[in-house]
Order: sequence, then structure tokens, then C-alpha cells
Amino acid sequence: MVKISGAVTVDRDRCKGCELCVVACPTDTLLLQPKEVNDRGYHYAFMAHPEKCIGCGSCALVCPDACIEVYRVVEK
Amino acid sequence: MEEIKLMKGNEAIAHAAIRYGFDGYFGYPITPQSEVLETLEALMPWETTGMVVLQAESEVAAINMVYGGASTGKKVMTSSSSPGVSLKQEGISYIAGAELPALIINVMRGGPGLGTIQPSQADYFQATKGGGHGDYHLIVLSPATVQEMVDFVGLGMDLAFKYRTPAMLLADGIVGQMMEKVRLPEFRPRRTDDEVRQQCPWAATGKHGRKKRNVITSLELESAAMEKNNERLQETYRKISENEVRFQEYYTDDAEYLIVAFGTVARIALKAIEEARESGLKIGLLRPITLWPFCSARIAELSKQVKGILTVELNAGQMIEDVRLAVNGSVPVYHYGRMGGMIPTPGEIMDAFKADFPDAVK
Amino acid sequence: MELQDIIKPENKIYERPHLLLDVNTHYCPGCSHGVVHKLIAEVIAELGLEDCAVGVAPVGCAVFAYNYIDIDWIEAAHGRAPAIATAASRLWPENVVFTYQGDGDLAAIGTAETIHAANRGEDIVIVFINNAIYGMTGGQMAPTTLLGQKTATTPYGRRADLNGYPLKISDILAGLDGTCYVTRQTVHTPAAVRKTKAALKKAFLNAKAKHGTSVVEVVSTCNSGWKMSPADSNKWMQEHMTAKYPLGDLKDIENAHIQ
Repeated sequence: MVKISGAVTVDRDRCKGCELCVVACPTDTLLLQPKEVNDRGYHYAFMAHPEKCIGCGSCALVCPDACIEVYRVVEK
Repeated sequence: MEEIKLMKGNEAIAHAAIRYGFDGYFGYPITPQSEVLETLEALMPWETTGMVVLQAESEVAAINMVYGGASTGKKVMTSSSSPGVSLKQEGISYIAGAELPALIINVMRGGPGLGTIQPSQADYFQATKGGGHGDYHLIVLSPATVQEMVDFVGLGMDLAFKYRTPAMLLADGIVGQMMEKVRLPEFRPRRTDDEVRQQCPWAATGKHGRKKRNVITSLELESAAMEKNNERLQETYRKISENEVRFQEYYTDDAEYLIVAFGTVARIALKAIEEARESGLKIGLLRPITLWPFCSARIAELSKQVKGILTVELNAGQMIEDVRLAVNGSVPVYHYGRMGGMIPTPGEIMDAFKADFPDAVK
Repeated sequence: MELQDIIKPENKIYERPHLLLDVNTHYCPGCSHGVVHKLIAEVIAELGLEDCAVGVAPVGCAVFAYNYIDIDWIEAAHGRAPAIATAASRLWPENVVFTYQGDGDLAAIGTAETIHAANRGEDIVIVFINNAIYGMTGGQMAPTTLLGQKTATTPYGRRADLNGYPLKISDILAGLDGTCYVTRQTVHTPAAVRKTKAALKKAFLNAKAKHGTSVVEVVSTCNSGWKMSPADSNKWMQEHMTAKYPLGDLKDIENAHIQ
């Protein structure tokens, strides 16, 4: 069986907390920081449930600030 | 090679543009200068020198094509007549603001509004005082002969590149439409793309291996930086004022009175002066060639020598303001002008002179 | 697998396009402009056009587009980008010139320049961001504003009797002989982003091959102007905008110059 593990990194200083990545994520991996803000005052996105990430890249595709990078490992 | 031909001023501009190695002309038909575009289309320089010629959809589009071409370091120009030049003011302001070289030709007709297609010099204010929005100047060249229509196409573009600022050839409809003998210059080859990149390291030529990208813009929202940009422009204008004032003088050595006139009117005034001299009236002629920068220093000097000055213009009195500023009240300065396509005769000029300066003929 | 085992250079499948400059954009959170900028940066890099691409930025929210993509740029007066691109392209035929314009810039003040550049079949790309509003000046009515849509200058909704109808300018451009490719896309979902990228790629290839004018309209959002959240804006856009501005290719021919 093939197992896909994914992860994303969010450039927290560049993130504007628009939440489009959260909406686009098919596995509910991402959320906006509920309390913490970056130095421009935005509740930036983060992997709230990293174990769910499949590295599909949907979040990065819709991100207007190009602040998400995506990693994926396929184990056979 | 050089050639001597008989042609209209407007046609001469077209020939000059090709021979001086221009890369592009963008225009829109308007009387009395449509022969510029027509001649270029007939000469098909894209087949020979590679010069681009394009009839735009409007004067607004044409001047923005000039802005676009100038942004890429190419030698580009447009021509129009008064109402069309009003439309171009937006683009001219951007070209000045972005510090780009370009040549704009205005073959003036009578205004305001649609006015008349007959000759005029009523765009002096528009050309020399800015025209569009913001603090800027054009280098303004005023041709009096068809030969100067040719020569100033080259000179205007050279000055524009020297100072990275737009230049205007401000011709009246007379010199656009009349035919004269003209010596066309030798063909100057267009610069290669590599030469353009070398000579214009600031231009949006595509990076082509250049590390730093080039951005052509007149926008700067940081007020302190924008003031710096303006100061840089003003420094350029100061240098131009120091180095590029051009004018011609006739009979000023012993002149007791002075006539100041530009363009073809200077030729009519010269005829009037020569006739007056036969009856012993010592009048001199000063013909500003650059309308901006203006020959204020020379006029101030002459104001110490003469008893009075008459400006003759095809308008209601525009250059007279610059003459009065130069003279600063030291001698009387009067204006004689015809408008709406009317051209003064030498006799009318002398009648005006005598009416203004009755003591001169006592 | 542990995170540190996944987040390794060899496992990276998506990164920030290297042609995007290392600055934060001035756009509001969730603005479609950022997505389209990113796609243009990717397409230019993937086609190897970094050295010959010249962008023409508009007046409007995207006025600072030139601050974000690492190529040569010319900043245009309002609406004049296609005229500027015309000269930049004709004088440097080896370069690939594109304009980036909003609805006010392209379909109101610049209508003449847009239509005539496309009608001449200039070998350029026109990227058209249609968010049905003037963003930069504070949410006024645009030519593409929908009937009934509230804006700063149509506070009770756009009325046909007062303000005329939403302008489907891409349909007009598709009807011109000079265009080879006119398409209408969105960037509100991952699938839509992929399609828009493919459209941009086709458009840039057309310009490089000198096949005529390509127009890529991106039906977009302006959450600040619309006074909605970014996510709600996407929903509103999909529900209302795409009805008036249906998605898909309006025209796709091989070469506008051979007809």
C-alpha cells in the first residue's frame, strides 16, 4: 500500500491570514492561529493537524501571498 | 548621402526622421501636419532602416506608444497639431516624469477648441510652461525654415537623449505647409539592440542577462523620495537652461529698438526691419530658437541698449510675458499679434511699431 | 513520518516562484491579484522568458505589480497599457510583452487602447483582472459591476437606467480578427488556479510565437471593496459573477495573422 505524507511550511511574516488556504485544504490540516499574530498583526496560517496533510498543494495554489511551500513523501 | 530637395516642412520631418536613425514614429492624422505620417507610410522605412511607423487610434494612444518606445531606450517620436497636442499632454507629463527621451512635434494651428486649420503660434504657453500636470519643462525648438524642420528633428532627439527629457519641435502651420529647398542629411544608421542596451542601461529592454531589473515609472508615493525626484528634474532643467539656450540676432549691434519674434514670424519681422532700416530706423531682431530655455539673459542685456521692445506673434501675446520677465520693467515692451490663421505683413508690423513707439519716427 | 523527515529539500513539491521578489505585496488579505502575480511569475520562469519579458503595469490596485516580479517593467498611465505594450513589442520583436490591467483600466478609460491593440493583433498578452469594482480608489462602480451590485458610487446598487449594463469586454475582444486566444478563468479553487496557469502559459507562448493578441480575463474578487471576507468573496464571485461572465475559452485559434 502506498502511504503519502505531506507537510507545508508557512512564511508566517508574509502570511496575511486571509484563510483561503484553510478553505482550500481538503483534509482540514490548516487553521489560522487563534490568538498569536505576526509582526503585521495577522493571524497567520499553521498546520493545526500535521498528521492529516497529504501534500496536495491546494493551499499553496490558492495562496495570494505565495507564503506556503509544500513537501510530500510517498512511501511504498 | 546628402541630398538637396524641394519639399514641404511636414514631408521634410518624415525624411529627417528616417535619416537621423529614428526607431519609431507613432501618429494620428490631423491638419495641418498629416503629411508627416503620410510621407512616412509612403517611404516605408521598415523595409530599409527597420523604423517602425504606426497610425495609432488616437493622439492619446500615439503619445503612449511614444512613452512605451522611449521606455525601452528607442528613438521615438510623434507629431500632431494643437488640438491633438492637447490630447497628448497626459503622456508628455508621464514621459517627463519618468525621465525619458522623446521628440514631440506640434505643427500649430489656431485655437482655442477646434479653432482653425490655419497657422498659429498660440500654443507657446502650452509648450513652454509645462502643458500637462506637474513641475516639468520640455526643450522647445522653434523652426523658421523647412531646413530647420529637418535639422531640429536631429537636434531635438539628441538633446532629449543628452538630458533624458522630452523635446518639442514647435512649428507653426506655415513652416509645416510651405515648400522650400532643403538639404537632407546623410543616413545615420539606427542603433543596434546591443547598442541601445549599452547606451540606455536604464531602459526596459528586457533583462537579457542584466542582474538588476529596470522599472520605468513616474510614480513615487514616498513624499520625501518624490521631492528628491522633482529636485533631480529641476537640476536637469537648470543644466539645460545653462547650456542649451539658442537664439539668432540680426542688426542688434546698433539697434535702438528691438523686435522679438519666433518661427516664421521672425522672417516676416526681419523683412519689416530691413525695410525700416532703409528709412533710417535702427531696429534689431532677436529670434529665440529655443523657446524653453528662453534667451532671457540676452534680452536683459539688450534691454540696456534699446529704448523699447516689440514682440510679434501669431497669438494674443504669449512670449511677451517671458520678454517682460527678462526686461523686468526697464524698457517698455509691447505686443503685436494676429490670430486665428491671420498672418501679419511687414507693413502691418511697422505700423504697429510706429504706433507703439511714436518717438522713434519723429 | 515525523515532520522533520518530510520537510526536506528533496521532498519539496511546491515552492515560492523564484521570480517573485522577496517583498510583501501591498494587496489586501485574500486578494486575487497575488495569485495571478504568482502564476505569471511561474509561467515566465517555466517558459524561460525572464530575460525577454517586459510587463506593463496599470493604474489601479496593480499599479505596483512592478515591485513584485523580477523582470523589466513599464508603469502606464491609466488605461494606456496596450498602447505602451504595442510600441515596446514592435520595437523589440524578440521580447515578450504583456499588460496587466484591471476592469476600470482596461474596460473604461482604456477601452480604445485595448480594442485597437487587440484589433491590430499586437503580439502581446493582456491579463485582465475583472473584480467588478475600482479597488484602489475605494470601491467605486466599474464597467463590469453587476446590475444591483452596491459600490461606493452605486450605493443603492447599479441600475441599468442610470449606469448602463455590465460590459463583457472579453466577448468584444474575442470578436476581433486580431485576437488568437481569449479566455475567462478564475483563481478561487486549486483546480481553477491550475486552469488559469495553463491559460497564461498558452497566452505567453502565443505572444512569443507572434500569433496575435491573447487575452486572459481572470474573474476575481475584491473582498475589501465588496465588504466580505476573502472566502465569502470567492463564494459570491462564483455565484454571481460567473453567471454574467461565464468561464472558459471564448476564442482559441492557432494564429490570428493567418485567416
